[in-house]
Amino acid sequence: MEVITVLFYVLAAVALLAAITVVFHKNPIYSVLSLVVSFFAIAGEYILLNAQFLAAVHIIVYAGAIMVLFLFVIMLLNLNDTESEARSSVLSKGIAFIGAGLLFLTLTAAMKSATGIAPAAAQNNEIGLIKTLGNVLFTEYLLPFELSSLLFLTAMIGAVMLGKRELA
Amino acid sequence: MLPTGVPIEHYIYLATALFCIGAMGVLLRKNIIVLFMCIEMMLNAVNLLLVAFSQYHADPSAQVFVFFIMLVAAAEATVGLAIMVMLYRNSPSVDVDIWNRLRS
Repeated sequence: MEVITVLFYVLAAVALLAAITVVFHKNPIYSVLSLVVSFFAIAGEYILLNAQFLAAVHIIVYAGAIMVLFLFVIMLLNLNDTESEARSSVLSKGIAFIGAGLLFLTLTAAMKSATGIAPAAAQNNEIGLIKTLGNVLFTEYLLPFELSSLLFLTAMIGAVMLGKRELA
Repeated sequence: MLPTGVPIEHYIYLATALFCIGAMGVLLRKNIIVLFMCIEMMLNAVNLLLVAFSQYHADPSAQVFVFFIMLVAAAEATVGLAIMVMLYRNSPSVDVDIWNRLRS
């Protein structure tokens, strides 16, 4: 096997282990930190797929911005002393495991039967480069791109309005 | 053929497993912040599969879609966490069950 193939499986294992830690760790701080590990592993997968632009954006947006926001909120709410989380009943735990397992089986079966189709075009390693993506983004998808700025403005105003203390 | 030489099925398994772990977390946990993180993880699983198929079919549109999903996720995280801080100020608990009363 080539190095790049081995790297795929290593990063996949890291991402899955970190994801399981997120779900099962009691302390939310550790959950956030293992989610960061998972995000970095996924960014590694993007690089292996020749999607350098998305790998960079992924690290900046997720590991840089969103996770810092999560950490801030956890520290703001003073949750770092592991207050005992209300335990779910055995029934709801069983439902969660069985539901997730069935979802996995159904989704893999459905998607495997859909991938009998061959690739639509020959392999092209230039797809993930900024040049290609910028061309597509600013020609075909210019309107959604501009609208997303409006979405950000709305989100910012909303966050400020929600976070502001009401004047009693 | 993908640049990693890995069959596309393995990307499907990885992304589906990540998605299902996220779904399991949403069903299992009661902490509203961990729940939110699990939703982010599910979004990431979908992104990974979109990128894999974008390379498989040599089509850059899917990667632009991933870019937009990331933008929306960032906006969603800001507003969601602001709501969370506001709720916590209202009644200091991160248990989702007490927010049942939003229904009535």
